[in-house]
Amino acid sequence: MIIDTENLRATELRLGLPGADEEAPAPAAPAPDRPARGCKRLMTETGSEESGSKIEISEDDRAPEARVASKAQVVGWPPIRANRKNVFQGRKAEAEAAGGGGGIYVKVSMDGAPYLRKIDLKLYKSYEQLREALEDMFKCFTSGDFSSVTVGGGGSNYAVAYEDKDGDWMLVGDVPWRMFMSSCKRLRIMRGSEAKGLSPNS
Amino acid sequence: MLENGDCDDGDDDRCSLNTCGIAQPNYRPAAASLVGLPPPFSDQVLENVLENVLCFLTCHRDRNAASLVCKSWFRAEAQTRLELFIGNCYAVSPARAIGRFRCIQSLVLKGKPRFADFNLVPLGWGARFSPWIAAMAPSYPSLQRICLKRMTVADADLVILATSFPSFRDLTLICCDGFTTAGLAAVAENCRHLRSLDLIENDVEDEDDDGVDWMSCFPPGKTCLESLVFDCVGCAVNLEALESLVARSPSLWRLRVNDYISVGRLFRLMARAPQLTHLGTGSFSSFDGEGDFGDSLESAFMASKSLVCISGFRDLAPEYLPSIYPVCANLISLNLSYALITTDQLKPVITRCHNLQTFWVLDSVLDEGLQMVAATCKNLRELRVFPLDATEDSEGSVSDVGLVAISEGCKKLQSILYFCQTMTNAAVIAMSNNCQDLVVFRLCIMGRHRPDHLTGEPMDEGFGAIVKNCKKLTRLAVSGLLTDKAFAYIGKYGKLVRTLSVAFAGNSDLGLRYVLEGCPKLQKLEIRDSPFGDTGLLSGIHHYYNMRFLWMSSCKVSLKGCKEVARRLPHMVVEVIRDRLEDDNSVAMEKLYMYRSLVGPRNDAPPFVKLL
Repeated sequence: MIIDTENLRATELRLGLPGADEEAPAPAAPAPDRPARGCKRLMTETGSEESGSKIEISEDDRAPEARVASKAQVVGWPPIRANRKNVFQGRKAEAEAAGGGGGIYVKVSMDGAPYLRKIDLKLYKSYEQLREALEDMFKCFTSGDFSSVTVGGGGSNYAVAYEDKDGDWMLVGDVPWRMFMSSCKRLRIMRGSEAKGLSPNS
Repeated sequence: MLENGDCDDGDDDRCSLNTCGIAQPNYRPAAASLVGLPPPFSDQVLENVLENVLCFLTCHRDRNAASLVCKSWFRAEAQTRLELFIGNCYAVSPARAIGRFRCIQSLVLKGKPRFADFNLVPLGWGARFSPWIAAMAPSYPSLQRICLKRMTVADADLVILATSFPSFRDLTLICCDGFTTAGLAAVAENCRHLRSLDLIENDVEDEDDDGVDWMSCFPPGKTCLESLVFDCVGCAVNLEALESLVARSPSLWRLRVNDYISVGRLFRLMARAPQLTHLGTGSFSSFDGEGDFGDSLESAFMASKSLVCISGFRDLAPEYLPSIYPVCANLISLNLSYALITTDQLKPVITRCHNLQTFWVLDSVLDEGLQMVAATCKNLRELRVFPLDATEDSEGSVSDVGLVAISEGCKKLQSILYFCQTMTNAAVIAMSNNCQDLVVFRLCIMGRHRPDHLTGEPMDEGFGAIVKNCKKLTRLAVSGLLTDKAFAYIGKYGKLVRTLSVAFAGNSDLGLRYVLEGCPKLQKLEIRDSPFGDTGLLSGIHHYYNMRFLWMSSCKVSLKGCKEVARRLPHMVVEVIRDRLEDDNSVAMEKLYMYRSLVGPRNDAPPFVKLL
């Protein structure tokens, strides 16, 4: 597998051991291994029970401006329809000529739900926030809860998987948040029972 | 019908379709004995006359009024109404509507509250079209037109629609969701007399990006297609099929394509439909590797002598903009709100548009651009200025300067939607004085609670002047820092106001009371994030049955207050929409949505909706 150096630079993580060291993931290791090493953990592996995903990335990344604004984003304000907002996200980034301005929109589908939604990953700073947003968005279709959604398989009603840049489906929560954001192309909420032992070619 | 993809909830009459049918004669068998009775058939004569007169009443409000005169009029009106307008799909049930109106040819049906557009209504809330189409399919064989707004329409519903009505002609879907290109294919294939397929601002998202090739599903040979609007469809279409369709549709006068069509394709479409009056371009640029089409495009526009309305302009490549110069002088309507253009790029376009009446634009043209509009477009009736950067903290692009300029140059203005970061009372007051014809005034100061940036005062006086001076005003949206005083003004002067949108405004319950007690025509009231509580809510008890709906979210209303309303007004449906299922007993409520209904609480409410 090719090491994605851009991803590495973007994340600049110092979790666990530095990049130069070889390290195989221990079954219950709290710190997730970086898949850029070349060993992607695909859907079939539901090993890691502890969610390493909860680690907050606190160091500043490349987008210091409005993202750290004092006002929280208010839902539905200003009152512009989403399709209109979406059109100019990328454009704005070009116009500003400063990186990091655009949103990252990915489709979210849920098994059994009749239609898709799109969300902007840039609105969330952690898996927890993402989980809450997804729960909110799709709650009408679920009687269960998403509380263990960041943990793959075992025990949870639903699991969230994402398709990465290479087209592989991975369980959400395996990699640090920033890395996830840059590699996630779309999301899929599936029943927990299906998440176990799912082939990579889902 | 609606121009420019208008999503305005304000003017229901514009949604109304003009049909005038022939009343059915009401023959009955002769009476057996006539002695001592009034002349035979006299009551029938009256009804016959009545029906023949009623057929000239097309506006649903007039017909509603006529139906209240007496039972005879009620019956006659019900039997002859051809167009059914239902502003809230939950106010009445399909069975009940069908029971009263037996020969409907055209239906307008609206579902979710407008704040659903801004993600304030959770997915799955309701407004499904399925029960309606299931009931109508066997009952309205002559149905010709359906217009749906903010409904959830499934592909299966479209299949039923396409196969149940032999005379079906016009389908308009506005801000709907739930369907894909498969549903469109069913309509294209089965509606043999289709005149218009207008898809306006819907969420059409197929699972895979390709979707179904619905464009190829139209029947071969000449069609009677007059209007095809699909700019919101998010999949590629079969370009050859589209071209062929356009070429064999001689009656086509409106075509709005999606952004999978580049200029390379557009000029060919235009060449096949020189009779077009309304054009929505797709991507106004060349795709990679396509080459330059400037000359072809310009020729195409020069040949389109009938064009009066242009929209689209997605992904605009500025070098293509000059190709529309030849038609600017004829334009009545121009929608550049998806085009990122500067003041300089706007100038040669707008200075040619002397006849423009409707103009939608992005604030990237700045106040200067608006000054140009004011200088040239003396007949402007409707202006919408959208923000390129729709966040609170962005740098303002347009301001009070632009607003004043417009008010001074465009005195015939009737409708304005203006997004800005800050505003002044003086500018708004100027507009209220200059534009006496204003019917719709929607000002969105994106910075919440922003005062007048010159004086530091609340924006009360500005909005007060609007309601006071613009005597025809029926729709108002307020913003900025506002105290109860603003609402006092609205209550005092806003006697014709039907639709009011409030966000982050007011100080106390008094504000809400002023409005509910002072505005007798109020139909639609949507409020968010304002400090109005139970006292304010209860002050409208006398009026709620006259309204279409009330929406209040993130206000200070409590469950107790809502229950009180429900108790005192048995025909109101009071919905409490919760964001989190576990917040059952919390004091402050998330969302309240209430509306009058003839059929009581709905039976399709999802678990997060509590019906009181």
